[in-house]
Amino acid sequence: MKWARRLIIVAVLAIVVVAGLSYLGGHNLAVLNPKGLIATQEQRLLIIATLLGLIVVLPVFALTAGIVWRYRASNTRATYQPDWDHNPVLEFIWWGIPCAIIAVLAVITWTSSHQLDPYRPISSNVKPLTVQVVALDWKWLFIYPEQHIATVNFLPLPVNTPINFEITSDAPMNSFWIPQLGGQMYAMPGMSSQLHLLATTPGVYRGSSANISGQGFAGMHFNAQVVGAADFATWVKAAQAAPQRLDWNRYTHLSQPSQNNPLATYQLAAPDLYDTIVMKFMMPMPQS
Amino acid sequence: MSVLGKLTLNALPHDPVTMGGALSMVAAVAGLVILITYLRRWGWLWREWLTSLDPKKIGVMYLVVALVMLLRGLADALMMRGQQALSAGSNHGFLSADHFQQVLSAHGTIMIFFVAMGLMFGLINLVVPLQIGARDVAFPFLNSVSFWLYVAGVVLINLSLVVGEFAATGWLAYPPLSELAYSPGVGVDYWIWSLQIAGVGSLLSGINFFATILRLRRVGMTLMKMPLFVWSVLNSMVLVIFAFPILTATLGMLALDRLLGMHFFTADGGGNPMMYVNLIWAWGHPEVYILILPAFGVFSEVVATFSSKRLFGYTSMVVALAAITFLSFLVWLHHFFTMGAGADVNAFFGIMTMVIAIPTGVKVFNWLFTMYRGRIRLTTPMLWFLGFVATFTLGGLAGVLMAVPAIDFELHNSLFLVAHFHTMIVGGVVFGFFAGLTYWFPKVFGFKLNERLGRYAFWFWLVGFLTAFIPLYILGIMGATRRLDHYDASLGWQGLFIVAAAGIVMICIGVGFQVLQLAYSIWKRDENRDTTGDPWDGRTLEWSTSSPPPEYNFATLPPVNVRDPFWAAKQAGQTHPQPAAYQDITVPKNSPLGLVIAGFSFLVGFGLIWHIWWLAAVGLLGVITTIVMRSLDDETERIIPSREVAAHEEAHA
Amino acid sequence: MSQSTTHSTAALDLKTTFGFWVYLMTDCVLFATLFATYAVLRGSTLGGPGPHELFNMPFVLAETLILLTSSFSVGLGVLAARQGQQARVLFWFGLTFVLGVAFLAMELTEFSHLVTEGNSWRRSGFLSAFFTLVGTHGLHITSGLIWMLLLVPRIFTRGLNAMMVRRLTLLSLFWHFLDVIWIFIFTVVYLFGVAR
Repeated sequence: MKWARRLIIVAVLAIVVVAGLSYLGGHNLAVLNPKGLIATQEQRLLIIATLLGLIVVLPVFALTAGIVWRYRASNTRATYQPDWDHNPVLEFIWWGIPCAIIAVLAVITWTSSHQLDPYRPISSNVKPLTVQVVALDWKWLFIYPEQHIATVNFLPLPVNTPINFEITSDAPMNSFWIPQLGGQMYAMPGMSSQLHLLATTPGVYRGSSANISGQGFAGMHFNAQVVGAADFATWVKAAQAAPQRLDWNRYTHLSQPSQNNPLATYQLAAPDLYDTIVMKFMMPMPQS
Repeated sequence: MSVLGKLTLNALPHDPVTMGGALSMVAAVAGLVILITYLRRWGWLWREWLTSLDPKKIGVMYLVVALVMLLRGLADALMMRGQQALSAGSNHGFLSADHFQQVLSAHGTIMIFFVAMGLMFGLINLVVPLQIGARDVAFPFLNSVSFWLYVAGVVLINLSLVVGEFAATGWLAYPPLSELAYSPGVGVDYWIWSLQIAGVGSLLSGINFFATILRLRRVGMTLMKMPLFVWSVLNSMVLVIFAFPILTATLGMLALDRLLGMHFFTADGGGNPMMYVNLIWAWGHPEVYILILPAFGVFSEVVATFSSKRLFGYTSMVVALAAITFLSFLVWLHHFFTMGAGADVNAFFGIMTMVIAIPTGVKVFNWLFTMYRGRIRLTTPMLWFLGFVATFTLGGLAGVLMAVPAIDFELHNSLFLVAHFHTMIVGGVVFGFFAGLTYWFPKVFGFKLNERLGRYAFWFWLVGFLTAFIPLYILGIMGATRRLDHYDASLGWQGLFIVAAAGIVMICIGVGFQVLQLAYSIWKRDENRDTTGDPWDGRTLEWSTSSPPPEYNFATLPPVNVRDPFWAAKQAGQTHPQPAAYQDITVPKNSPLGLVIAGFSFLVGFGLIWHIWWLAAVGLLGVITTIVMRSLDDETERIIPSREVAAHEEAHA
Repeated sequence: MSQSTTHSTAALDLKTTFGFWVYLMTDCVLFATLFATYAVLRGSTLGGPGPHELFNMPFVLAETLILLTSSFSVGLGVLAARQGQQARVLFWFGLTFVLGVAFLAMELTEFSHLVTEGNSWRRSGFLSAFFTLVGTHGLHITSGLIWMLLLVPRIFTRGLNAMMVRRLTLLSLFWHFLDVIWIFIFTVVYLFGVAR
């Protein structure tokens, strides 16, 4: 009976593992499947830190299982020392080893925090592209100030080009995140935050808001379409001839709450639109 | 404006899901009222429980309320995961986005404030006075006020289900989403005032138990002879004292924004929403440790007792607790690395966060070596402990990962984060408190809980927990963010969401076994009576008195001169010292005024939520008047004559 | 053998005073939060008037001196209570009460000036923080006055017993605490405000 029960448990576990692995094989593990310079380094860090952590975690598991088995009450042959309650050497070891691991991690943290600081421009021979991101209720507006175009809910990007994102919100706080290209950054009203990314492989990568912002929050996702430089130039040219022009009036209309907005492309008719959006929260008597 | 402020009939629920929830709750309350009336138990309830100032009774009431709220929070969890399991592609599930967001906000708020805090203060009330050899807490009346304020918060948050709505902002209600401009309804106000009222109660409890531990210990029990649970509570209460005033101020400012049109956290008008995020986490991070430290304390007691061995590395444990307490105020920024604070600041807070892993790791090793060369009895409390080690270690690893800012950018606000903190809070806090409940249950009620049903409950909880949260770790890695009421079918997330929902169902079965365990154990209580007062071969003072203990806890008690004084007394064969004569004992008289103060506070909260100004004013006046009445009353104590003491002690000798 | 939880007055005294100190500590944290908020929002005037345009320093200085004097008088009141001099207790606490009311009246005057000139708490983040910080102190003063009003007359009915002296001491502790907080407000809000 006991063996039968164990067999069943082992079989169930095996099925779970096999099913789990085949599931993982068939799906996109975005964070572990980086397509950008920053995301690749962040993924590598994730793996290194996990391995370092396992240095403590695995012994804990082994020790727990071993000790519980060996010193179970029914095992009367095991040593029993009810008053043994300290040992300087042992305690030194388990203050020491975690300290050492954390020291290593601290160095990694310090250097990586500076290297992968979202505010730090990426050095490259290619001229960077500036994209201004505005989180609205409940859609994303992307402004290409140098190209004089703007898009809603989709984000074409050239490959191997540093992208300087400037991010704000004309709505509650959101978070701008394209997992396969790199980490996220909050989008806050009246503030302009920065994020620097670089895509290394052409493709379509999902991006979304990671911070709850109201009823239409779940619909706040978009695709970043990374294409070759020539394709990007072609797209820019076409977009510059888009029939719709985005001026302050149309922006005001666009910024009203709405959900599941269709993709849209505009000519940018108000060159300082982004700054105006950031500054509107700073003015003495805001137009509500 | 009408006499009832913003309150109209429209506040009552209209859609079928909410109506169902509201009706079932109303029915449950009505059923309870009818049952008590039918059994003619109102007088008994009033005299023995509602007006009692005995911390043991207040503790039991905390547990009852917290466990009921656990069911509510669990129902919320079930709805959330149910929605997410269904709502892919063209299917939009059974909840609207707004309703889904109310449910998730209520789930978080209830689980932290009204379940975890309630269980914690329940255990503290039951155990701390006994463990330090005291007859009472420092301020018994204040203790009753704290409890009833907590209940007032509970009533308010549940009322939001029937009258009005709850916040749809997430459990910390970040502005500007929680400001009037984006959340004009009463939901956020319900959130503010239920937390504000319960929070003041917690703050008063913090002061009370801090004073109790530092002032009422048995003669000879120096700080370094205190049981580890008491140490953990002391640290936790220090955190309460420093953290909760920040919460009070922050909620107050948000309320002023909403009530008086101020500009603390608004997007416009010169407000600063980022300041709110800083302040709320300056409270919120310590809050996590407020909950987990007492759970650590429970494990220290449980592991030592069931290994029949002294706790390993007592001094290390105390140092580790103090280190965690101190560090917990230096890490709040890790909740928003993604705000763009700059590399130096992020790195500093990241490293501080990792440093906390060191004392925490030390505690785990000390527990393991407490078992080493012990005689381990694998009772249910020990199972909860082992479940804790398994889950908490993994969750801790996930935590260390997210402490690296560059990694956090990729995991923040994803379901990975949700899985991480549930691993810490369920695996740590909840398992810890369940261990504590099972361990101290016979002390409080005089009979043990059924072991077999307890084991079933444990296994369903553990397996259910893993089934529910491992998929979330994976979903986070896949880029799934938290709080989504809908997603595209093409993402392939649905399978994992279904597995997660199945996990919640298993947890519910686990809870079902716990309910069954309680009912069955009460039914068979005579078979599991604890007549000795010491059912587990315990080590600390609470096991030296009868189960349940008399109102005065101890008739006599020798001075304490060692750690684990009861264990030492048993070794020396001097467990029940007989004094030459028993003395009269003074205990606090019952008082209904704590309940009354909380009732008026409830009116203040309700009035402010619905802008019924006269009601808020009446409530405030009522609170003040009641406090004055109490302060005028000099006859607050009563004497238990030595005869009664002698009779009880001889009956239990 | 001594009992751990004796209910003698001395033990009660110790416990209550200790608890009250801890309470004051929590109140300190509350004010610290409000001070921090004020510091953050000080510049958020949104084009509206800032500290140097709003504050009337001689007026605030008078307020401050009144409150300092009341702290002195409450101290003398407690000394008198410890010596059992009932008449003096009544005098000094009466004086403290009058000074407290005067302080509060001046504060409300300042507030109403600001509001009637269009500079209410709605105008900017700075003014919200100002009204809240100073107002919270004012609310504390108000509760201190109510406490005084309810406690001191009971000397007539109960006399100056030990419990009474203890309560008067706690009250004075509270009052001194509010004085300290005011010194901070005076420095941080008013002096730094006009000094630029």
